[in-house]
Amino acid sequence: MKKVYIHSAVTISAQDTFDSDGFLNEIKGLSGKTVAARYPNYKDYITPANLRRMAEGVKMGVSAASKALKDAEITQPDAIITGTGMGCIDDTEKFLNAIISNDEQFLTPTAFIQSTHNTVGAQIALGLKCKAYNNTYSQAALSFEWALMDAQLLLQQEEAENVLVGGYEELGKEIISYRRMMEDADGLGIQVPYSEGASFFVVSSEKTEHSVELIDMEVYSSISTESIQDSLKQFLTKNDVDLSEIDVFISGRNGDVFDSYYDLTAELFENITQLHYKHLSGEFYTASPFGLWAAYEILYRQEIPEAMIFKGEIKSDNHIILLYNQFKGRDHSFILLKR
Amino acid sequence: MADLRQELKEKIIEQLNLEEFTVADIADDDALFGDGLGLDSIDALELIVMMDKDYGIQLTDPKEGKEIFKSIAVLADYITDNRAK
Repeated sequence: MKKVYIHSAVTISAQDTFDSDGFLNEIKGLSGKTVAARYPNYKDYITPANLRRMAEGVKMGVSAASKALKDAEITQPDAIITGTGMGCIDDTEKFLNAIISNDEQFLTPTAFIQSTHNTVGAQIALGLKCKAYNNTYSQAALSFEWALMDAQLLLQQEEAENVLVGGYEELGKEIISYRRMMEDADGLGIQVPYSEGASFFVVSSEKTEHSVELIDMEVYSSISTESIQDSLKQFLTKNDVDLSEIDVFISGRNGDVFDSYYDLTAELFENITQLHYKHLSGEFYTASPFGLWAAYEILYRQEIPEAMIFKGEIKSDNHIILLYNQFKGRDHSFILLKR
Repeated sequence: MADLRQELKEKIIEQLNLEEFTVADIADDDALFGDGLGLDSIDALELIVMMDKDYGIQLTDPKEGKEIFKSIAVLADYITDNRAK
């Protein structure tokens, strides 16, 4: 079975992560209920004719995908796989509001056409004139992970050599604000702003000088707090990785009561560097690929940003990173990387 | 008529997100499709819905649309002669 390597990692986020050559050197403190991403100059990646119909999520997705392909020196991937929890929520809001305001008549096509979850994958393919396998996963906080697992299977089974895989989310104008209001109702909810972004990766079955190996990944719809440690140990055992071999543990802490899952898993890693990232990226269904992007950069650059430290010290010699994310006690994922 | 032409230009720029254009950029006789504004088939659908919603004109014959959407001047003339709103 072929191995899986990450050749490039690109993210558009609330931080200066897209245009900067640095690695989270200048941090923007996130506050408020929602925080928009730092948008790049889209005209560098998308023609004005196409740009005019695209909502923010599509623009971010297409731009991030374009840069990920360029960085990996790939012009035509063998598959394009995307993940999104809420999809193109901005255009969804537009056409739903149009239905109401126009008494279910006079529905214009553009917002409806662009509102589907697979719009980003489709626009990437149209831009590349790529007729290869194209799929979009939407399963809340596991949307990106299912996309990545699909890519992993395609590469392992030698059905593809280079796969473009990514996740995106946009804030829109209304629905996310309502979700934020519900989240804040009891004061026990998520303690970082809701945000948006797009992260894309080129994964390949070929190892290169700069690639990072995706050893394995696992997802679980639900796990109890009683069994989370055992599930993690089983995942590591399955991959012949001892707890002591892990150099860095990255968790998706967002400050809500379900951080107890991270506290429990962190007990297994008392003496290693523990990092977190959602205070930098904000929370959204596909925030976890921001963590994967950061892990890739840590291994590639052998550099840990001060802003990511949750516990422990910055060490320079890091080879194996474990990522763990969950959302509201559901949608758990483990991702293991090596360089 | 001049007011209607101005109104159509504003609507087209807003509804079709023609961010690169201002009203002054669009001449009354400029081609809306092809080499002019560069509109396409999805834009044509948007214009058909706009005609129905704002002027009460229902276009059913695609060939008819090709002629009506030739330019702002032609479109304004057609709306003046056929509007129900």
